[in-house]
Amino acid sequence: MNAKVVMKRPESLSKMDFTYCPGCHHGIVHRLIAEVIDKLGIREKTIMVAPVGCAVFAYDFFDVDGTVASHGRAPAVATGMKRARPDRIIFTYQGDGDLAAIGTTEIVHAANRGENITVVFINNAVYGMTGGQMAPTTLIGQRTTTTVHGRDSKTAGYPMRVCEMLSQLEGPTYIERVAVDTPQHVMKTKKAINKAFENQINGLGFSLVEVLSACPTNWGLPPGEAIRWLQENMIEFYPLGVYKDKAKERMKLIAHSS
Amino acid sequence: MGEKILVKGNEAFGEAAIRAGCRYYFGYPITPQNELTEYMSRRLPGVGGAFLQAESEVSVVNMLYGASCMGVRVMTSTSSPGFSLMQEGISYMAGAELPAVFINVVRGGPGLGDIQPSQGDYLQATKGGGHGDYRLIVLGPSTIQEAIELVMLAFNLADKYRTPVEVLADGMIGQMMEPVEFPEIRSLDTLPEKSWALTGAKGRKPNKITSFDLDPYNLEKMNLRYQATREKVIANEQRWEEMNVKGADILVAAYGTVGRIMRTVIELAKEKSMKVGLFRPITLWPFPYKRLEELSKEVDTVLTVELSGGQMLEDVKLAVKDNAKTPFYGRMGGVVLTPEEILEQIEKLVKERGGV
Repeated sequence: MNAKVVMKRPESLSKMDFTYCPGCHHGIVHRLIAEVIDKLGIREKTIMVAPVGCAVFAYDFFDVDGTVASHGRAPAVATGMKRARPDRIIFTYQGDGDLAAIGTTEIVHAANRGENITVVFINNAVYGMTGGQMAPTTLIGQRTTTTVHGRDSKTAGYPMRVCEMLSQLEGPTYIERVAVDTPQHVMKTKKAINKAFENQINGLGFSLVEVLSACPTNWGLPPGEAIRWLQENMIEFYPLGVYKDKAKERMKLIAHSS
Repeated sequence: MGEKILVKGNEAFGEAAIRAGCRYYFGYPITPQNELTEYMSRRLPGVGGAFLQAESEVSVVNMLYGASCMGVRVMTSTSSPGFSLMQEGISYMAGAELPAVFINVVRGGPGLGDIQPSQGDYLQATKGGGHGDYRLIVLGPSTIQEAIELVMLAFNLADKYRTPVEVLADGMIGQMMEPVEFPEIRSLDTLPEKSWALTGAKGRKPNKITSFDLDPYNLEKMNLRYQATREKVIANEQRWEEMNVKGADILVAAYGTVGRIMRTVIELAKEKSMKVGLFRPITLWPFPYKRLEELSKEVDTVLTVELSGGQMLEDVKLAVKDNAKTPFYGRMGGVVLTPEEILEQIEKLVKERGGV
């Protein structure tokens, strides 16, 4: 036998099976986060804060210390953790209902304080766990179980662009929107997540990576078509890219003051 | 213990917490407890701690959740409407068995109410408050010296039983000044070890803190664990004060600020040759039912006096059963009772039963 292991489960993922649907992107993003934690050698000092939503079990999927916050409050929980133990690496993992609807206050103020935490924000434009209701990021015309004729801005307002909104604040250090629809984008996402953790290690402050993700189940599409829908609709409304990056500037400030 | 110093109740709460080993405070301004938030903002950075003024009480309680996960002693203070906002998070903390101390300097309600002393939040404090099947340990100080002792006790009980603990004060205790003595500052090295804390999975399996389990049988197991803790607290932690109870013409049940006013009433009654006994619960949960039941067999009237429409009265009735009559007298909405008006009620009741 000359079999060589070329790829294996990252150490920072537990052995538990994911509970996600076929074609869901949570699994890809979980793996990328775990690879980054492994690579940075921070598994033994990382604490995860899971959300309420499809990723509610995420604290069991990572082989790090973890908890689950009440719906939307992960940035406040992470703030309490980081203030109590600034030498630990704290990250939250939140969906669009969690972060951009019920938890809007918590994310805005954690970002504005420049809280030295890492936020991974999954935007799939729908409430997954509760069965496909409208999210704050649901696109105009998109059908959900609470907008059966498509989201109408007259009654349901407009999709919220979180990266654009948060990048207006002075506090955040790094904000980027990515997707995991192609291998190239997956590599880019890993790089972004890596940077968001590195910033925290270097004490640079608040980092948020928004990942556009597919929800084939609640979009009512097969996985392949769901990716196409994401590319044709979501990326159009939510352009990928770096919205804010003050890492270098803040690194200099730290070097200067120490 | 050192020399006596004159302090305001709200500041005494803060200093007591620091001496108990609390180094982390998260809060949001609300009257009548602002001096406490301000005190912590001045004091904590100097003792190697952290203070944070949060964006809301909803965030405050979740910051407490996070800090408590890390194994440190943490607290907040608020007043009635703010405490209502914290209920969701307190329920999560009770479910996740996370220790923390909440000081509620109660004001008049419901709604926006006013900023005067009230005892209108007794039921919220002692019967759950948030969703799900849990109780907080609730301590009711009646003087500032006692508040200092109870804040220190609150941290110990929180750690011992892994539960949030509420100190149920009111605007009177928070705002008045009294000469008090503080105990020595506790060294952080003497605080209990917390092997369950989220300190990083170094050389051990990862720790997980949660109030969540989708399997009803597993969730029931978690609930039964909470219930077992609750039984232990009931068995071990009931505290109360009794004054003048032997041979009393009437027994008065009162806690906190009213318990304090009752000391004056007892003296005034002596001048009128009436013997008024006082039963003052210090743990409002667990309520000292058994002791009150015993005492109620010795009198024919147990008068409950509160700054509310009659909330602790429900617990008094549960304790007294049919042993004695259980009339009530209270003022609401932030009106503070005078000793004279309480005495008037007592005189009426004593006369009804045939005088002294």
